[in-house]
Amino acid sequence: MTPVEQTLLTALVPIITELDVSRARQEATAIAAAHGFSKPAAYRMATAISELGNNIVFHAGEPGEIRLRVLRADGRLGLEAVAEDRGRGIDDVALAMLDGYSTGGGLGCGLPGCRRLVDEFEISSAPGKGACVKVRLWI
Amino acid sequence: MRIPILRLGEILLAPIQSDITDEQAMQLQAEILKLLEITTARGVVLDISALDVVDSYMARILTDTARMARLMGGEVVISGMNPTVAIALIEMGRELINVATALNLEQAVDALKARLSSFDDHDGIATGRSVSHGG
Ligand SMILES: Nc1ncnc2c1ncn2[C@@H]1O[C@H](COP(=O)(O)OP(=O)(O)O)[C@@H](O)[C@H]1O
Ligand SMILES: [Mg+2]
Repeated sequence: MTPVEQTLLTALVPIITELDVSRARQEATAIAAAHGFSKPAAYRMATAISELGNNIVFHAGEPGEIRLRVLRADGRLGLEAVAEDRGRGIDDVALAMLDGYSTGGGLGCGLPGCRRLVDEFEISSAPGKGACVKVRLWI
Repeated sequence: MRIPILRLGEILLAPIQSDITDEQAMQLQAEILKLLEITTARGVVLDISALDVVDSYMARILTDTARMARLMGGEVVISGMNPTVAIALIEMGRELINVATALNLEQAVDALKARLSSFDDHDGIATGRSVSHGG
């Protein structure tokens, strides 16, 4: 049985430039603080959002968005971020998840690092169809 | 807007802002290199206490800047890295490789001074540079 999820709050930040990524980060940090998440948890989420947002700015080639959500499931409070774009997409998701793999001269640890920072991580992408990454942290 | 670089004798101090763009980062790198070349400055403190996060993008800017400065014979210390940032960086799989870090500005300046003076004691070339107070 899938647990019932209750949405407590949502926020949407359009991502076009690096400044929008800062905005998404700040928004997430404020929301995390307001809902009693620890500083390290808020920091992990902010770092994950930074990686995902910068990936939209530098790799997608099209604008995207980051959707934030505070949810309750099984009596636990969670913070979720979904980074989605309709850009060029990722050719090989398994490859993109490898440490050190970058098509753009980056460090290539954004996606794998992001996965290590959060409790739940889901990625879906196809060439020409954009990318969508969902991350969650639980209290 | 460009990032200001303060100069305290042989030490350059650059406060890094969290919304630094690619373009500003390149400007900052060029400026640090120029100052290392035309002044007597030999040490650089990159202060990151204003950063809300250090993601892999920022980590690359910091490591690249340090590497370039070192090629010019400079020494770099990153100051203001709090433990949460350090832990997240390690989890991300990236320490700021080969860049010394200090908890605050004061410690960074002390660390740089110690390094620079140890160069003066052991390294003839560095001693020669510190005598020429041209810049
Ligand atoms: N939103 C995206 N759209 C298109 N490609 C992406 C996206 N996010 C990641 N990628 C691809 O996955 C690779 C790995 O991403 P990442 O781990 O963040 O490393 P980096 O950003 O340093 O290249 C990128 O180089 C890029 O090819
Ligand atoms: Mg990335």
